[in-house]
Amino acid sequence: MAADAEVAVRTSEASRLRIAARVRDVASRRETLLNLVRKELKVKYAQSVLGAIWSLLNPIVFLAVFSFVMRITNNQFRDYPVYLLSGLLAWNLCSVSLTTGARSVIDNGNLVKKVAFPREILPLSAIGVALVDFVLQSAVLFLFIPASGHGFSLPELAVYPLALVTLIVFTTAMTLWLAALNVRYRDIQHLLNIGLLVWFWFTPIVYSGYLVKDVLTRHPVLGVNLWNVFLVNPLTPIVMGFQRALYAVVRPVGSTKPVLPDVSLPWLAGVLALVLVASLAFLRLTWGTFFRLSGDFAEEL
Amino acid sequence: MTAAAIEVDDVSKKFRLFRERPTSLKQRLLSVRSRAEDFWALRDVSFDVLEGTSLGLIGQNGSGKTTLLKIVAGILRPTSGVVRQRGRMAALLELGAGFHPELTGRENVYLNASFLGLSRRETDRAYDAIVEFAELEEFMDNQVKFFSSGMLVRLGFAVAVHVEPEVLLIDEVLAVGDEAFQAKCLERIRRFQREGRTIVLVTHALDTVRAICDRAVMLHHGRVHALGSPDDVVREMRYLLLGQVDQGFVPEEGTREAEIEAVDLRYANGSAEGPLLRDDPFTIQVDVRTNEPVEDLDVDFEILDGATNHPVLDARASRAGIAIGRFDGKKRVRFHVSSFPYTAGKYWITIGLSSRETGRLYHVQTQRYLLEVIEVPRVQERVDVPVTIEVEDL
Repeated sequence: MAADAEVAVRTSEASRLRIAARVRDVASRRETLLNLVRKELKVKYAQSVLGAIWSLLNPIVFLAVFSFVMRITNNQFRDYPVYLLSGLLAWNLCSVSLTTGARSVIDNGNLVKKVAFPREILPLSAIGVALVDFVLQSAVLFLFIPASGHGFSLPELAVYPLALVTLIVFTTAMTLWLAALNVRYRDIQHLLNIGLLVWFWFTPIVYSGYLVKDVLTRHPVLGVNLWNVFLVNPLTPIVMGFQRALYAVVRPVGSTKPVLPDVSLPWLAGVLALVLVASLAFLRLTWGTFFRLSGDFAEEL
Repeated sequence: MTAAAIEVDDVSKKFRLFRERPTSLKQRLLSVRSRAEDFWALRDVSFDVLEGTSLGLIGQNGSGKTTLLKIVAGILRPTSGVVRQRGRMAALLELGAGFHPELTGRENVYLNASFLGLSRRETDRAYDAIVEFAELEEFMDNQVKFFSSGMLVRLGFAVAVHVEPEVLLIDEVLAVGDEAFQAKCLERIRRFQREGRTIVLVTHALDTVRAICDRAVMLHHGRVHALGSPDDVVREMRYLLLGQVDQGFVPEEGTREAEIEAVDLRYANGSAEGPLLRDDPFTIQVDVRTNEPVEDLDVDFEILDGATNHPVLDARASRAGIAIGRFDGKKRVRFHVSSFPYTAGKYWITIGLSSRETGRLYHVQTQRYLLEVIEVPRVQERVDVPVTIEVEDL
């Protein structure tokens, strides 16, 4: 054995989270993480004939149904399926990560009690699985957009990577936090289901973001513009980013009102950058919490 | 001098036992104080495991063995104290950790191996050996939900022994599979030892500890009860068990005017190595030392069958008409047993010094010495045995 072999020291105190060292720890076990993601995907589609095609079928049916309904109801909302799906896929990535991630440590209790590995791998694998679905479904959307004649617009599309990175960082921060708390208080997962329902309808995914902005800006409460309060929900600017990138047209030709909030592209990018920075700070915080609590996971389960 | 691969330094572990554990926010908010009791699973445990040596960790259920192993493995945190561990480590606390019934044998091998710290490339390299070791060549592409429990255990162990760490922690996983497979597992552990790996083995199989460990630690109610050579520690463990069956059991007692200084077993060929062949003669040699002049020393021994705890043989100097007169100093007493016809197994020897007149015990060591007996191996090759032939008219 090498004389300079690394010495692992285990004490009562949770050592402080040193991000760089911890990232290296997790990265050294990336194969475990990938194997876990692969396992979840395989198990998800085990003994199904179509397998991963089910993931693709979901948005395809969505697009088909909404295109059909919009046409026969002669709705004013132009290219509604594109609008809806660009926000919904982002939302799904977040909400699926949170629900499965929150349960991830408990569901793998036996592993946690018997095997030593960086516990972050469990919630991260839940995010990984959601991310695979997100990529598959986004591919469907990306094919549908030119096929439906909607088309991409370039300056807007540049917001997409920023929105995606922000979404992933925010989702990771939330997931780590919920996964750690859920080990001690199992209410979290039930609370989360209700919370997500409310959260979904407070985020402009199904309805037009412009409508909210318009109404809230015209009716200030005690002199406060509630639109700014609405923007505090980090998913609002994130979803707005996805919609701006893919739906792109703020005011579709022939409609009386804009669909997307009439904000400038640099303003939106600025807000997203702000959310990204805040999410990174949030991630540092929740990762610290996760790391501190993770030493006791084996005991709590 | 070799360094310690594992240093356990004054480690204690406290568990909080909740009578009704607040696992929800509501309970947490409503009960101002949760009713928790402290339970010390480990108290002030210290020992080292030197590089390249094997340590057996024994103790009854609930004595803290697994907790200690989990702390060394980094799964649990000690409440106080420090564990230092050097070198790449793998902990086998469960076979087939992470196995999923819907995945095939092959997929599970890769998943399980990565949890034990094997990289994909290392698993690729070991894969054929793993399958061969598990003897499951034809089944690797089946989902493991169709495996029998024995097959699962074999696959789990096969992966485990192909993780080649510098430090290996094993919790009670040797007791799996049929006898042939167990022998294979033990052989693998011996190979690990030859390769200079460090092993910590938690087990209830005391024979295994004596057979393969260099040192042993016995835990009792979370404290180190005995630490040292496997023979000594296993004996302590046996004393503890005997004491629980028989409340009056004491391993050693007496007034010590005379003391047993040494006890030796000698076989017919003069050595005392290995087990005794059934029906062979042997000698029990007892060295006695007095602390003050003794008038009427009597020496006796008794042999108990380890399996049934029944006495099978005893002898006493006075009964044989030997009267040792007053002396002060040392004497050597030899009991020559002409034949030991009892079945193969383990036997325990009690040695006693007492007063011939009053029966007062000077010094008794109860079931302290081990006598292992094996059957004479069956002759299987052809041998020349003289045969005489007789023909007779009828």
